[in-house]
Amino acid sequence: MERGGKEAQQYVWDGAIPLQIHLHDSEVTTLPPPAPALILAPRIGYLPLLSPQLKPFFSGALPPGVDTVWFDYKGLPLKWYIPTGVLFDLLCAEPERPWNLTVHFRGYPGNVLIPCDGEDSVKWSYINSLKEAAYIIHGSSKNVMNMSQPDQIDLWRSVMNGKLETYNRISSKLKLGIVRDDFSAKLNPSSSKIQHSVDETEATAAPKASRIPVRLYICNVDEDFDDFEEELHFDSWDQISYINRPVEINGEEFYPNSSNTIKAEFKNEPGIEAEEESKTGIIEGTSIESVESQSLSGQPVIKLVRIQGIEPKSEIPFSWVVKNLMNPDYFLHICLYIKAPKPLDS
Amino acid sequence: MASNQATCDGSLSLIDFQIAANDFAEKWKKFNSAYPEWLWIDCSNRLGFAAHGVIDGYLSLQNVFIRRSLEEERDEGGCNDDEEPFDNATLVCIVPVMMEINIISMSYTALRTGFQCSTSMYRIPEHPYLNRPWYMLHPCGTSEWMKLLLVGVDNSMATNGTERYMISWFSVVGQVFGLKLPFEMLKSIG
Repeated sequence: MERGGKEAQQYVWDGAIPLQIHLHDSEVTTLPPPAPALILAPRIGYLPLLSPQLKPFFSGALPPGVDTVWFDYKGLPLKWYIPTGVLFDLLCAEPERPWNLTVHFRGYPGNVLIPCDGEDSVKWSYINSLKEAAYIIHGSSKNVMNMSQPDQIDLWRSVMNGKLETYNRISSKLKLGIVRDDFSAKLNPSSSKIQHSVDETEATAAPKASRIPVRLYICNVDEDFDDFEEELHFDSWDQISYINRPVEINGEEFYPNSSNTIKAEFKNEPGIEAEEESKTGIIEGTSIESVESQSLSGQPVIKLVRIQGIEPKSEIPFSWVVKNLMNPDYFLHICLYIKAPKPLDS
Repeated sequence: MASNQATCDGSLSLIDFQIAANDFAEKWKKFNSAYPEWLWIDCSNRLGFAAHGVIDGYLSLQNVFIRRSLEEERDEGGCNDDEEPFDNATLVCIVPVMMEINIISMSYTALRTGFQCSTSMYRIPEHPYLNRPWYMLHPCGTSEWMKLLLVGVDNSMATNGTERYMISWFSVVGQVFGLKLPFEMLKSIG
């Protein structure tokens, strides 16, 4: 069976989380209460984009008032600008299917969540994220900012509707080629030819960048926590740290696995400016096993790495992971569970 | 070590930001002792362990009564629903930003999450460390007007370039939050 790069990207784009969405008790005005809504939510999508399906479903049960949709999982308000698949990977260490979420149409928690005015807000967030990625990759957001409006709209619609072909056609104009992915070519020569033809414009027009936009979400689990079958519960986003730093790899010189990269994020990340000054590799050749062995010395221990619902094997080259598992905003979203001593001030 | 980037392109590196922020806090304490102090909040250990060589933190000013109504300002600068949805502003900035809810904080923006760009001067992004929405003075254009403010500054004076940057920057954005810079601080950078 062929498992080439193109196919992997298609799998990511086709990925969906089965959701069972309940209307919050405080907003139920009918008897019997409405049944939960069952929806397949695209991994690369965003929760507010489900509103057009949810509003008609629950509208009959809602009290009078203005609708502002937001979601919670076990009481934790969900950040709407994080892709749905990332939220699932992050908050369900042991995947829960269907994923039981609660929808609210009233009482937007403005002290916890940034404002969201529906699809427009999500679209802006996506385009801004794309600009940010472009800045990391090439040191400039100009390519994204200079996109024609029809292209921006088509790009956004391709993300919203899961149209990978359209997305690849338009995004290739942004010349955001990130890394060489020789691993896909070895796995599947025929599909890599197709991929090369898609990337041809960017390959000839711009050199491959060596900085990779990464969004790293880190859950510091309890020190006594050893089994993900136990239920993890997050009361607040303060329990999850968010790190957004570039990772540099040196193409053919290294074949770092993702856990090494993540470890480098912890140990050696020198910050953006320092990294720009020094082009030496920052990724250490340390295996996940050696990271785990540090538990006795009081160092943080990586318990779980999850990207697009996958726990990448250590032999998978990081370039393949980046190219195939990145989100349409050109960021690689990595969810990481670590076991580390709690900060003194918490 | 401070670089002279601050005086060249109107931006500030993360390392320079920390140096300049601490210098700023010290001078503020010296020249504005009647006011609460700016405190550097170190976040490098927020995961339970410190990452080597990583600067993580922000400057915080608490217990300050802001006379000017920010709510009013926000209304004045509010979004126009009819405006073009795509902006042309430079979104990604490497400059300090000023944020406010009940605490005023100066943090650094090289990368940001989830804020929108329109004509309004205030944004409501998430605070980079405090995990909640804060009102932020939009950093777009900061590097451009900082370049103008720093025109004529001798680059050979790189050692105090970042300090000059921070004080000059604060002399503009501080006023928006009703914070005046002591004259002595301005004099100290010539």
